[in-house]
Amino acid sequence: MIFGRSERGKPPVEPVTLKILVAGGFGVGKTTLVGAVSEIRPLRTEELLTEAGSPVDDTRGVEGKHTTTVAMDFGRITLREDLVLYLFGTPGQERFWFMWDELSEGALGAVVLADTRRLEDCFAAVDYFERRSIPFVVGVNCFEGAARYPAESVRQALDLDAAVPVVLCDARERESVKEVLIGVVQHSMEYAAGRRRALAT
Amino acid sequence: MSGDGQGSSHWFDDEAGPVVRPYAMTRGRTTSAGQHRLDLIAVVVGEPGAEDPETDPSLAPEHMEIVGLCARTPQSVAEIAAELNLPIGVVRVLIGDLVHAKLVRVTRPVPPAELPDESILRDVINGLRAL
Repeated sequence: MIFGRSERGKPPVEPVTLKILVAGGFGVGKTTLVGAVSEIRPLRTEELLTEAGSPVDDTRGVEGKHTTTVAMDFGRITLREDLVLYLFGTPGQERFWFMWDELSEGALGAVVLADTRRLEDCFAAVDYFERRSIPFVVGVNCFEGAARYPAESVRQALDLDAAVPVVLCDARERESVKEVLIGVVQHSMEYAAGRRRALAT
Repeated sequence: MSGDGQGSSHWFDDEAGPVVRPYAMTRGRTTSAGQHRLDLIAVVVGEPGAEDPETDPSLAPEHMEIVGLCARTPQSVAEIAAELNLPIGVVRVLIGDLVHAKLVRVTRPVPPAELPDESILRDVINGLRAL
């Protein structure tokens, strides 16, 4: 197979790539959020796992099933020809934590998307990022018809550190999602600056 | 190992456990030798002159597809996996083969331990604002 390159001699641009994670409970709108800002329809990558020894799954009736698939949806935002931001939706099921470890390595930070009707669904994600000192922002997805709570009551309900930003957002709205992502990058910068100060003293 | 894939000798035995079909493409390998696990957003770049790799009989059609994709535009590991509709683990092994064959190279294969420069982060914020 030969691809004619029109600009022979000129090497293709090798972009700097960065990633932000989008976490939260099942059905909270992670893929919707990714789709609202991604320049591509959210793509799906998968990994196969063997299920041998899984202590929680009831495999009665499917004894022949040895593998399962973890899916991650992701989107891409080309900020500049040489600067590309990827958004990765984390797998919803908690037994796939090990995939989170891989995803969060080198990430700029994370969005934990919360639904006030099922706030407990995002507890696991909040715990995860807190324990690993990964900077995150809580985005309260304001679903139509869902009771709206002020950001402060969500902060109290989640027992968040005062430094963690809580923003109300609409995962379907591009402008709203842009603000959330900007909040993540700003928070990461402050977080890194705080750590440097702590190290210096 | 017979190498031609046609021989009667199996390249796996019962110890290997159940065979996972997509990994047949990697001849059962789940990691590539001498390589770190590639980051999902590591960028794979076609090497100059790699557009015509058909001469190498050890390469599978999936290898060629990756070379073709990356010859046009550098691609992230995640995008290649999505494009080929293959599990990430399989794609990592295939990319490892291509790096070994010097048909592609990978920029920043492992995730950085530190946040990028503040100037890059500012560029990200400005870029997001300008969307």
